[in-house]
Amino acid sequence: MRKKLDFLFAGVGGQGTILASNIVSEVGMRCGYDVKKSEVHGMSQRGGAVESHVRWAEKVYSPLIEEGNADFLLAFEMLEAARWPHFLAPGSVALVNIHQVMPPSVNLGQEKYPEEKEIESILTGAGDRVIWLEGAAKAVELGNHPTLAGVVLLGVLSTRLDEPAETWLRAVEDLVPAKFKELNVKAFWAGREMAAGS
Amino acid sequence: MKKIMSGNEAFAYGAYLAGINVAAAYPGTPSTEILDNFSKYSGVYAEWSTNEKVALDVGIGAAYAGGRALVTMKHVGMNVAADSLFYISYTGMKGGLVIINADDPSMHSSQNEQDNRHYARFAKVPMLEPADSEEAKQSVKAALEISEKFDTPVIIRTTTRLSHSLSIVETEDEPVAESLSEPVAFERNPVKYVMVPAFARQRHPVVEDRLKKLAVMAETTALNRIEPGDDEIGVIVSGVAYQYAREVFPNATFLKLGMVYPLPAGLIKELAGRVKQVVVIEELDPFIEEHVRLMGIPARGKDIFPNIGEFNPGLLRRCAQEAGLISAPVQSTPAVSVPQLPGRPPMLCPGCGHRGLFYALQRVKALVHGDIGCYTLGSAPPLSAMHTSGCMGASIGVVHGVDKVGVKDRTVAVIGDSTFFHSGVAPLINLHYNNGTSTVIVADNRVTAMTGHQANPGTGSTLMGIESPVVKIDELARGIGFKKVDVVNPYDFKTMVDTIKDHLQSKEPSVIVAQYPCVLYKRERKPALVVDLEKCNECGNCLRIACSPITKVEGGVSINAALCIGCGFCATICNQGAIGLPNREGGTEQ
Ligand SMILES: Cc1ncc(C[n+]2csc(CCOP(=O)(O)OP(=O)(O)O)c2C)c(N)n1
Repeated sequence: MRKKLDFLFAGVGGQGTILASNIVSEVGMRCGYDVKKSEVHGMSQRGGAVESHVRWAEKVYSPLIEEGNADFLLAFEMLEAARWPHFLAPGSVALVNIHQVMPPSVNLGQEKYPEEKEIESILTGAGDRVIWLEGAAKAVELGNHPTLAGVVLLGVLSTRLDEPAETWLRAVEDLVPAKFKELNVKAFWAGREMAAGS
Repeated sequence: MKKIMSGNEAFAYGAYLAGINVAAAYPGTPSTEILDNFSKYSGVYAEWSTNEKVALDVGIGAAYAGGRALVTMKHVGMNVAADSLFYISYTGMKGGLVIINADDPSMHSSQNEQDNRHYARFAKVPMLEPADSEEAKQSVKAALEISEKFDTPVIIRTTTRLSHSLSIVETEDEPVAESLSEPVAFERNPVKYVMVPAFARQRHPVVEDRLKKLAVMAETTALNRIEPGDDEIGVIVSGVAYQYAREVFPNATFLKLGMVYPLPAGLIKELAGRVKQVVVIEELDPFIEEHVRLMGIPARGKDIFPNIGEFNPGLLRRCAQEAGLISAPVQSTPAVSVPQLPGRPPMLCPGCGHRGLFYALQRVKALVHGDIGCYTLGSAPPLSAMHTSGCMGASIGVVHGVDKVGVKDRTVAVIGDSTFFHSGVAPLINLHYNNGTSTVIVADNRVTAMTGHQANPGTGSTLMGIESPVVKIDELARGIGFKKVDVVNPYDFKTMVDTIKDHLQSKEPSVIVAQYPCVLYKRERKPALVVDLEKCNECGNCLRIACSPITKVEGGVSINAALCIGCGFCATICNQGAIGLPNREGGTEQ
């Protein structure tokens, strides 16, 4: 067991950010960690951003990660990934889904959506590295259920941690809606394969 | 067994375990999920009342008759319910009454920040404050015990960060608490329950005496505890701030309060005696700090930590370092700056009927006195069609005042259906009674959408999922005496504009019900629309309706098919006929 692990999730409404962070919380608890999770999602159904903190440790006090302490950033949307460099710990890894959802000011032509390179340099200025992942493309291939990309990213994350794949799979199966179980299991394995290839 | 639960799920579970049998609430972030969850347990009664005061009176009735009642609300809901809070403090009740009040520091989803610990002191009732989900679960039973033992309502205070954080809860609890042995029955006892001055004067000393007894109890209850540490700093803290403080001051001595009113003077003195310096860490107002200072203890608090917004560990650490309470890191890593990036403000959903109404109001250049709900998003650019919004139910009184002072403008009030049932009916009667001239538009999407689609009197069902009669707003207005009342589909753009113009010209007070069911609730989806770039003349009309699937591109606009739900409003307002359904040849069909 590690001393502590802090995971920061970022996305926009409808991407399954909350589901993915629930699964990571569940895995932590089942592996014997104390777990806390906190999220802001008030406006998510109306196109707003979603942010979620998950913390594993022997004893977790704060439900919020302290700035400079996140070990992993899991971002389901590229612009949302770029908002959180101040939370990244030295040596941390950002797993970023290659997917863009335009905010209103970009739709109206008033502001520019940042380039991939720009996002990468924002994040590597604080953390260790950015791993770009074709989670959205994989989700389309698998059946285009909007939350699948998140589970693909969890498959990738699972290969970077010590907890057995079995535990992750059980948590995915138990937390996703019953009728999408098979699809999500496929998405999880697709993520593990993606990690092996990268 | 262990289960990960949000604070609100844990409150609901705790209420079930405590044997609460009647629960009433009006939704409000961050309190809503408590009743959403509680209503799913078997054998309980739960309802969405029309507003917080009604909810509290319902809970009081149940408790008067010997039941165990729960009432929940967000912080501003307590303002609405306050009148009832003050009488129930005097009368007490036969059964038990627990009120869960959710404060929202940082205003994640509120119109103001307020520290409702003041209500405990104001109404002279005890208040508990749990610090995680396990404590949230336990707090309901603890509150109920105090309520029944001391004949007092008990408030549990939560905050957004507790209600919406998840932590591990033990679920191998004692079975549901025994229901009261006596059968429920109302005991007629006017001296206790009829608060005419003569009887109320007899009750006030009872209340003061009760507070003294509660203060004694506060010294010994397991809710408050001293956690030993070194003798440098003694931290007094409660709620989720305890969790942050534990990380920033790992070695300090703590007085962890689970009951924040009345405060335990003895424990505070004991802590002060053990340490060189007392520091009070509390979000919003210096509620505990002032009490400690009045005791003659030179505590620090708001000179170090802000009285605006919610705390987090990083903020506490920076404040504590600046004040010299903890040492700064030897090797300071360079601060990472937060980049300037396009924001992602909330918008009306694709297909939301409110869009048709606000685009029409913008077009007729109306001066709009608004209210609170999803439709408040009509104030944001590019719609920019709402000019005041204060608290629930304010719109109708405000527009009447603006009209009475003699402003010659195209004034209207816009109020949502749930908001109208909450606090719009009395001002509508006032408008009619006082010979008003204003136009009131009810943005009626048949559900309480903002807080996550709770049923309301216009929905046709209840929180328990039972069918219920529908209150028709147009009939209600006619019943009051309004003669000019119209029901319009806001996506029928021409009729909407014409109706607003007609009502604005009229001298009599009038009501328009702009009715279109909430798209998120109904979940109807039609084929996405497409743009014919050859016909598009880049006038920008469709960009002014603030619909997220519509994006500006080279030579016109495009519509994101994954986000569009096919409501067709953009096609209605396009002067060029450039937007339509896709036809087989790849062009558009009107
Ligand atoms: C006194 C008070 N109680 C509750 C709330 C929380 N709240 C804000 S808007 C809203 C519901 C609005 O519903 P409705 O009027 O139907 O408009 P919609 O969101 O459906 O457009 C609620 C419950 C509040 N702000 N103030």
